[in-house]
Amino acid sequence: MPISVVSLRQLCFTYQSTTVLSDISLDIHAGDYLAVVGPNGSGKTTLIKVLLGLLKPSGGSATLLGTPTQAFRDWHKIGYLPQNPPALSTRFPATVKEVVSLGLLSRKHIPRRIGKSDAAAVQKALEVMDIVPLKHTLIGELSGGQQQRVLVARALVAEPQMLVLDEPTAALDPEIRERFFNALAGLNKEKGTAVVIVTHDIGGIGQYASRLLYLDKKVIFYGGFDDFCYSHDVTNYFGEFSQHIICHRHDRKERN
Amino acid sequence: MQLIEALHYGFIQRALVAGIFVSILCAVLGLFLVLRRFSLIGDGLAHVTFGSVALGLFWGIYPLYASIPLVCISSLGILRLTQRARIHADAAIGIVSSLGISIGIVVASIAGGFNIDLFSYLFGNILAISRTEVVLSVALSLGLIMAVAVFYYDLFSVTFDENYARVSGIKTGAVNRVLVVLTSLTVVLAMKVVGIMLVSSLLILPAVTALQLGRGFKATLFIAGLAAVCAVVLGIFVSFAFNLPTGAVIVLMSFFCLLLAFVAGRLLRIRGAA
Repeated sequence: MPISVVSLRQLCFTYQSTTVLSDISLDIHAGDYLAVVGPNGSGKTTLIKVLLGLLKPSGGSATLLGTPTQAFRDWHKIGYLPQNPPALSTRFPATVKEVVSLGLLSRKHIPRRIGKSDAAAVQKALEVMDIVPLKHTLIGELSGGQQQRVLVARALVAEPQMLVLDEPTAALDPEIRERFFNALAGLNKEKGTAVVIVTHDIGGIGQYASRLLYLDKKVIFYGGFDDFCYSHDVTNYFGEFSQHIICHRHDRKERN
Repeated sequence: MQLIEALHYGFIQRALVAGIFVSILCAVLGLFLVLRRFSLIGDGLAHVTFGSVALGLFWGIYPLYASIPLVCISSLGILRLTQRARIHADAAIGIVSSLGISIGIVVASIAGGFNIDLFSYLFGNILAISRTEVVLSVALSLGLIMAVAVFYYDLFSVTFDENYARVSGIKTGAVNRVLVVLTSLTVVLAMKVVGIMLVSSLLILPAVTALQLGRGFKATLFIAGLAAVCAVVLGIFVSFAFNLPTGAVIVLMSFFCLLLAFVAGRLLRIRGAA
């Protein structure tokens, strides 16, 4: 029985009397690669925030590695890439290396220090995202895609047990996107890192993800790709064309 | 020659020691506040300091002892208004700031007799700083700088991305409280250097100066501290040489440093692009 990384039971979230999430129940296990998809405003980012304890659920329960999210403390086991971090729009004076090293703070206790012993981990994350030449550049001087790679490196640097990525490929060019997905698949397969990825990148998920959650304030579909490809209910919500692309890529991957 | 002679005066020595420590503290905290777009909290808390000084004088206690707790409570009030009442930071600062200044005016009006004392706090006079105040300023500055050093990475992470910092296990609520309390204590200390009216300039100008040149967070903090020290030292000597109000001259020197940094930053970027 694989270890349960995330467990949600009848989870609800209401914001100013508007229901954003309703009756969400699911389990994510070590080694899962879950793609979370759905239209704008369907509650994908809210689900991620509730799952990480950034928002308190209005009802139901959420646990991370067996601990209720509000009481969870082992943050070094979780890597997170938020959607649109606020500081990137300003001329923030931090270098790429400094930003990536922030990903190691979850392993430290007060007074937190990043020392020479952390340099290898930072270097490795920079290499995975192919940003070594940028390490002394200010984060604000980078393009949107380069900034995104820096933040992904920050999520990867502590080698977490679970990666939660909110639209990680939105600003990446095709080559880097491919490299990123390969790195993610490597971590997932070789180290059993659970991956939860919110994305609109329909082409990418069929090739890499093992499970799919289709969300529209509630769970419309949650399961493996085989089930998804034969699920007629999903077509109404997901669009026949999109479903076709995902199933086609999934079949091709299975053949390979 | 006149400037070297000035160093022999006890009041100049005291002003330099207190000014250097307080300005470094202001510059370091100011960078976090400016990057979080929270820099006007210095101005707001300075207005609260006005009210608390008036209350201190009214109650007949040393104004600093009244100011420290009242300004700390007000800063936590601003934070709570921002977080709980869904009021934007600038509006929350405006509310607490106007409340502070209103209390000061009402108390001054009721008491009637201490308007001249209050005036000295409004515009500050670092050259009149006493030995006890120097010791208090240096001790508090060292304590606060050490607190910033202990929480450096926490403050850096929260400043860069608060949501991510929470998922790193950083108690962002506690870090925010530490930041505003440190700012409160700094504003009260800086009141003697430049006065209530100009205190926010010590927080904002060195930070903005450093942002023109800094490459890396630690380097930017260092430049901010250096700019603040230069402004205070130059300000004290220039004001002494030309018999001008010291607080205002320190602020003018800070602005001069900003202009220099702006030009130097532009030149460096042009050279870098070529």
